Amino acid sequence: MKFTLGWLKEHLDTSASLDEVTATLNRIGLEVEGVEDASAALAPFVIAEVLTAERHPQADKLQVLSVSAGGAAIQVVCGAPNARAGMKGVFGAPGTYVPGSDITLKVAAIRGVESRGMMCSERELQLSEEHNGIIELPADAPVGARYVDWAGLVDPVIDVAITPNRQDCMGVRGIARDLAAAGLGRLKPLAEAYRIAALDVPRAGPGPDVRTDDPGCPAFFACAVTGVTNGASPAWMQQKLKAIGSKPISALVDITNFVMFDLGRPLHVYDRATLSGGLVARKAIAGEQVEALNGRTYALDETMTVIADDAHVHDIGGIMGGKASGCSETTTDVLIECAFFDPDSIARTGQKLTLTSDARSRFERGVDPGFLDDGLAIATHLVLELCGGTASEVTRSGTPPTEPKQVAFRPARVLGLAGIDVAQDEQAAILERLGFGVARGDPWTITVPTWRRDVGSGAAASNGWDGEADIVEEVVRIHGLDAIQSTPLPRAEGVAKPTATPAQALERRVRRATAARGFDEAVTWSFLPPADAEAFGGAAFTLANPISADLAAMRPSLLPGLLAAAKRNADRGQASLRLFEIGQRYLADAEHPTLALLLAGQRLARDWRTGPAVAVDAYDAKAEALAALAIAGAPVDRLAVAAPATSWWHPGRAGRLVLGKVVLADFGMVHPAILKHFDLKQPVAAVELYLDALPPRRRGRAVFAPPALQPLTRDFAFVVPETLAADALVRAASGADKALIAGVKLFDRFAGAGIGEGNVSLAIEVTLQPKDATLTEADIAAVSAKIVAAAEKLGASLRG
Amino acid sequence: MVGCIVAAAFTEPVLSFCGGGGYQPAAMTDTDTLQADILGSIAAAATPEALEAVRVAAMGKSGSVTALLKTLGGMDPAARADAGPRFNGLREAVSAALAARKAALDAAALEARLASERQDMTLPVALPAAGTIHPISQVMDELAEIFADLGFAVASGPEIETDWHNFTALNIPESHPARAMHDTFYVAQSPPEGKLVLRTHTSPVQVRTMLTQAPPIRIIAPGRVYRSDSDATHTPMFHQIEGLVIDRGITLAHLKWTLETFVKAFFEVDDVTLRLRPSYFPFTEPSVEVDVGCSWAGGKLTIGGSDSWMEILGSGMVHPRVIAACGLDPDEWQGFAFGTGVDRLAMLKYGMTDLRAFFDADLRWLKHYGFSAFDVPTLSAGVGA
Repeated sequence: MKFTLGWLKEHLDTSASLDEVTATLNRIGLEVEGVEDASAALAPFVIAEVLTAERHPQADKLQVLSVSAGGAAIQVVCGAPNARAGMKGVFGAPGTYVPGSDITLKVAAIRGVESRGMMCSERELQLSEEHNGIIELPADAPVGARYVDWAGLVDPVIDVAITPNRQDCMGVRGIARDLAAAGLGRLKPLAEAYRIAALDVPRAGPGPDVRTDDPGCPAFFACAVTGVTNGASPAWMQQKLKAIGSKPISALVDITNFVMFDLGRPLHVYDRATLSGGLVARKAIAGEQVEALNGRTYALDETMTVIADDAHVHDIGGIMGGKASGCSETTTDVLIECAFFDPDSIARTGQKLTLTSDARSRFERGVDPGFLDDGLAIATHLVLELCGGTASEVTRSGTPPTEPKQVAFRPARVLGLAGIDVAQDEQAAILERLGFGVARGDPWTITVPTWRRDVGSGAAASNGWDGEADIVEEVVRIHGLDAIQSTPLPRAEGVAKPTATPAQALERRVRRATAARGFDEAVTWSFLPPADAEAFGGAAFTLANPISADLAAMRPSLLPGLLAAAKRNADRGQASLRLFEIGQRYLADAEHPTLALLLAGQRLARDWRTGPAVAVDAYDAKAEALAALAIAGAPVDRLAVAAPATSWWHPGRAGRLVLGKVVLADFGMVHPAILKHFDLKQPVAAVELYLDALPPRRRGRAVFAPPALQPLTRDFAFVVPETLAADALVRAASGADKALIAGVKLFDRFAGAGIGEGNVSLAIEVTLQPKDATLTEADIAAVSAKIVAAAEKLGASLRG
Repeated sequence: MVGCIVAAAFTEPVLSFCGGGGYQPAAMTDTDTLQADILGSIAAAATPEALEAVRVAAMGKSGSVTALLKTLGGMDPAARADAGPRFNGLREAVSAALAARKAALDAAALEARLASERQDMTLPVALPAAGTIHPISQVMDELAEIFADLGFAVASGPEIETDWHNFTALNIPESHPARAMHDTFYVAQSPPEGKLVLRTHTSPVQVRTMLTQAPPIRIIAPGRVYRSDSDATHTPMFHQIEGLVIDRGITLAHLKWTLETFVKAFFEVDDVTLRLRPSYFPFTEPSVEVDVGCSWAGGKLTIGGSDSWMEILGSGMVHPRVIAACGLDPDEWQGFAFGTGVDRLAMLKYGMTDLRAFFDADLRWLKHYGFSAFDVPTLSAGVGA
């Protein structure tokens, strides 16, 4: 919401400076987003007359001017084609900063002729983009006077952010009211602000035929004015509208805009010549259309309130007028509509049509239902004053909802909620200045002014507390929040408890461990291109209104995001990377916290010690999966490796780690078809670890004493069918004598000559841990026999 | 060892050497001469093998010193008293010389071996890959640490949220214009009983916490949030942190202290001034926006002082309707809530300029702005890295 300081002062009788006004606005919750003050930058420029204009001796396109700015004649070299003797313009003396061209003027010789200043164009003064010639001022412009003063550019423009609750401040008068309440001056009565004796206007003849049939428009007030002349609006109105960025169109249109910006009261003016019959506010009929003033045609439905005559829809009620019944320069008879529209209905219609307008933004926040007659009177007054004509009586159909809301208020709640002690008298005075009615009692009864829809709620008055906090806010925002003294929160009693849940602590632990293992943490979008989601089993959730088609499907896996990231990095020359992310997968049943790791390209770069580069493989992924599971506290020795169950893994080079029936992680090489989909050329291994599937980490430790006896190791080599899972052999050996065997490690795998076609040799190192007595050769032979027997059950044979 | 002959002993034995270290036989008539001779041989031994030959010739089973010592047994007491100390002195001197020479030869051999083992220590070594923690995670950990000290637990909630939790319970009815403040993403697969949205703020976690937990409540809720917005300072996904305190007698004065404590700790600056401005959020009443004093001297942002103001968070007293919607009695329980952008806090503290880069996973950016796994924010070591 923009307005000028001068405009504000039409309503606020104050001597406050611009800085005081902006500081107060910020203090009371009307946040100043910007102040444009052209006067400071343009202050040095003065009105000057061109006395003589001669051709420059050295340049055809330049002239040598003699200029008077009130004192002695000044020589200026000028390139403007319109510069001529006798004209008046705007002069900048040497030393002046020219904002539009970002230079400071100096005395300079231009093609050998001295120039002592500049006659300026509008662009050089940042008044417009006009740069075809210098500014031409009327003959009566006073030579030597400051240009900004004469042109009325001294009025700074203030831009405030109005929060959605403060419809009353979507007009200059509401802002003036708030500032007056904050002690910055006196709010002038409305008639005084408009410099009229009374709000009433002379009226003759019956009011127009209007009525409302729709609860979406509880009140439809209107009057007609006949015999108007719709020319340009006066300079004062145009200047105000231009200052806030609203383009003047014609007097009738400008009046409706001015009243809306000045009083927060949207109006609509119809050209009666375009209407057939009376106007009615009703629900649209499905299939009806209207071409709005913005030139677009809107299809309406039966939930939307429209204003229509016997033949056509002329207005999307409270949102935008129709093009056909708008005013033009030939308009002579008008109908001024001042209606009240239901805010919820306006909001729904506006959302459905995705149509925003200044009127909608006011009506959906709830304009003052008590201001219909005054708003219509002011508008009629302006029409009569600026366009002439004769006003009719007012037709009033329906009743605006003006029943006053009342709030029970305990003044002690100001201290109790806001922590500021404000004297009761001051509380009452603040509320009264804001227009609230104050009846002291126990509690106080506060009557809310009709323009404050945000305070209290008529419907919920059964709750004793409803609205009380609103009143507290009104008191403290005007009193000033600076008065709040910081007060420490009391410390909780007892032993400090962990403030992270076990799941959060687990995430942190896994995150830092993974980074410590050389992975860079990425944060990628939660939404994916649908095709990416499809490649990973499809998205359970998609967005109805994605920001783009590429960000439409909620990810069922973290891998597509990381694969896309790998592709972007590969395109930047980084084919080898180790990335991870911790975040949610969005599945139909719930959101699942997940760790994903991606290893792409080389595990080892070529190196003088290790030789040629080594590509990542599935075992890298397995190692990372197990390392992460170990740090997460999963019992990694009890995990089994199952075949991959999802399609995005290489069917022969991936696995899933399961604890009983619970899947803890998938790992392995990403399926070549997926790599093709992401246009990745390098090998990619990955892990997805399902954090919410992990068993809870156990705290505390069992009692333990290191064994007194030395462990010993024995090696065995078995020839097994190559289809045998190595893990099966290790498990068989481990289980051969659970009391003695403390560990089995597979350390060699060999296929080739002497083993037999279809076989491999697996070598294991078995660690035996004696408990009570040193093992004899016989003991060792016995356990060795058990190991061999267990292996033979799997089809293995001991190598000779 | 080959060809070593030891002569027979007389009263004073005569020794002769041959082979081994290349010694010439020499006739000696007393222990001093013998000692000088042996010590000379020891000094002349240039290899461990030569030294061993000298040792065997002198101290071996048939060595000259051994032979001499054996003669002591046959001497009469007087002669033994005279010869014993001399012979033993000889033995000790030879032993000591052998040991010293052995140590010197070993040292020289080691030195020679080490010299031959020299490597070029300027050759490069491949370091294990150093991973990084994303700035968002780092800042979330910092925030959790700071608020843990104030007794705030970390709470969380779903990102695909019901319209009721995200809006209605927070006093934002369907037609409320505040919904236009949130450019909401709607989920196509919404069940008939209620629309699903991507949460537009972390505030629904307030609701979920109040619904499930009895007051007093002190939580922070960091997490991903979503709005349909995209430019250099807005991305459709970003991160917020929500704070909530519900108790008896909590006021804006406690809020101000909490935020001051948080801002000082987070930016590691003592001189922090906060400015509270009245504002509007549907779920708080009174609502305040909080500016932090800062300076742009030299074009660089410094938190502290009051030269200039920067808006950093929104907050207020939890609206009685929100408290009631969560099943609590607003006449008994009250408190404050606040929310701010985690990504923005990270940018202010660590100087990133483009929010979009946070989500691009550009390795160069991650390596530059990421944190070591061991930069764990703790109160004792500091929450800045």
